[in-house]
Amino acid sequence: MAAKTRKILLEPIFTNNPISMQVLGICSALAVTTKLETSVVMSMAVISVMSLSNLSVAILRNYIPPNVRIVIQLTIIASLVIITDQVLKAYAYDVSRQLSVFVGLIITNCIVMGRAEAFAMQNRPYPSLVDGFGNGIGYSLILITVGFFRELFGAGTLFDVQVLPLAAEGGWYVPNGLMVLAPAAFFLIGVFIWVHRSLYPDLQEEE
Amino acid sequence: MARGKLYIVLFTTAVCGVFSVVVSLAAVTLKERQEANRKLDQQRNVLVVADLVDPVTRLTVEMADSLFRENVEAQLVRLETGEVVPDDDPLAYDQQRAKRDPALSRPAPDNRAGIPRLPLKALVYLVKKNDALDAVVLPVEGMGLWGTMYGFLALEDDLNTIRGITFYDHGETPGLGGEIESWRWRDQWEGKRIYDDASEVAFHVRKGRAPPDDPFAVDGLAGATLTANGVTYLIQFWLGEHGFRPYLRNLTSGMEGH
Amino acid sequence: MEHYLSLLFRAIFVENMALAFFLGMCSFLAVSRKVETAIGLGAAVIFVLAVTAPANYLIYTYLLQEGALTWVSPALADVDLSFLSFLAFIGTIAAMVQIVEMIIDKFSPTLYNVLGVFLPLIAVNCAILGGSLFLVERNYTLGESTVFGLGAGIGFALALIALAGIREKMRYSEVPGGLRGLGITFIVTGLMALGFMAFSGIQL
Repeated sequence: MAAKTRKILLEPIFTNNPISMQVLGICSALAVTTKLETSVVMSMAVISVMSLSNLSVAILRNYIPPNVRIVIQLTIIASLVIITDQVLKAYAYDVSRQLSVFVGLIITNCIVMGRAEAFAMQNRPYPSLVDGFGNGIGYSLILITVGFFRELFGAGTLFDVQVLPLAAEGGWYVPNGLMVLAPAAFFLIGVFIWVHRSLYPDLQEEE
Repeated sequence: MARGKLYIVLFTTAVCGVFSVVVSLAAVTLKERQEANRKLDQQRNVLVVADLVDPVTRLTVEMADSLFRENVEAQLVRLETGEVVPDDDPLAYDQQRAKRDPALSRPAPDNRAGIPRLPLKALVYLVKKNDALDAVVLPVEGMGLWGTMYGFLALEDDLNTIRGITFYDHGETPGLGGEIESWRWRDQWEGKRIYDDASEVAFHVRKGRAPPDDPFAVDGLAGATLTANGVTYLIQFWLGEHGFRPYLRNLTSGMEGH
Repeated sequence: MEHYLSLLFRAIFVENMALAFFLGMCSFLAVSRKVETAIGLGAAVIFVLAVTAPANYLIYTYLLQEGALTWVSPALADVDLSFLSFLAFIGTIAAMVQIVEMIIDKFSPTLYNVLGVFLPLIAVNCAILGGSLFLVERNYTLGESTVFGLGAGIGFALALIALAGIREKMRYSEVPGGLRGLGITFIVTGLMALGFMAFSGIQL
């Protein structure tokens, strides 16, 4: 892999992670992180929408009239999200029911729009595809980590398989009810940012 | 690059056109599969609650169809009178849609289950074994803590003993009220009875543990009293006079007539 | 009437867009540094949600839903365009925001000064799109949609302004380096969400 490609791919995953750094697009994702399975499916949906939207925007970038570019980007992204939603409904019905409206909310996910506007409008299709993919992976990393902790501590399971034996069933683990509720997602993200910024002190804010 | 207004309009139209075609194509080609999924999901719920398939089996469309053809008879029931409405394809009836259609529904009588409207007709499933009634599966719904809980209740052929319960759609808190999905809780329903000797609905969800010898009670849900109450109310409503009581009575007298 | 009050209460407190569903987080975090700007954005969100929710309800019910086109011609009874709902909703929201902006600009320059900068930001706020998607998912009627839109907006504004108030005070406290700014905001939001959970189960 060329050095430049690797940089485009890896930068958003570690040093420039979208959630922790750019605080973009957290909205559509957190509500589905109560379980690992839904987190993973949501991540795949975001990765595919982001890669394809970056690719499409980059292909069209020289033809898009600047004053309607936002509308065009929105149309492209919304269409891709609809297709993703339809595919999920057809091939992963159970999960798509659990994701309910949150697949649709990828449209307003600021990262997708942000990358299309900031990267794909200026770059050639291949690097744009890689950039979208890398950002999608970086985003998924956080989503899946949150999902992992919430399901593990909230229900003692991973992918619905019992990992920690529950006290109610003769084991020793008493599930932490807080983990499956909304506040836990906020706390976890807060702690992630703390850890991340303690490792990379340059990122710390002055407030 | 200076471009005229015409270019902008044409370009935008072209992009919209291309993407509409792609989106519509995806929607149309996948529609059949989605419909099949939806139907399979519903059939699966009925089959599982009636103990016709194991919940862990991966049910295919063919399996579900053949199990349905051989063992299950769907019926449309007029709720008020309890009589069966003849219909060629009862499975095509959408009870949730009917509930929203003023011509097919009516305001529900005052109830604690939080049901605002009742469909005129309900879709029930009779499970047959060697042509005799084996179980009946009734759709139930009612308010939980966060929203409406939708489920199926299966009764044995005495139309009183519970065979199983399932909630296929609800918004209860995972881990607390969401435990209405768990097998640990649902398993205790089996063998409990609905009506007491005075033929009143006596079944209820207890707060805390239910005494093991109580034939009408199951354990409460820890930390989810309101969900548990919701379940009690919805069972009381749907098996009461405004629910399936008239139908169950007709069914009993029909069986005695044989 | 009671039913609508109960729905309004739920939308504001129990099912708070920001704290229970994580919707509108981008602007929630970005615009909560000062109470003044938070009030501006909050007002704009209430306004736009209360307008777009019923508008999108009408579009969905009379154009997109299966059988919705029967009023045009009975031959169209089988047409189901609901897969276009995302696209239609986001378009309506963008258009509505634009129209609202023009109307305010024309009739109330003072209000425009307060809300103006926030309106474009709102077009891509997921709380707005989320509001429209929820009303379809939950089968609300026109009246319920309006009340729900209003309540969801008020709830969002309430959470936003409260968070801004806390962040203004927090400037005087010593926060560990890594947590400063974004990190502590998340923790505070989590605590607020915990507080709002006390409302769950309350029914009017």
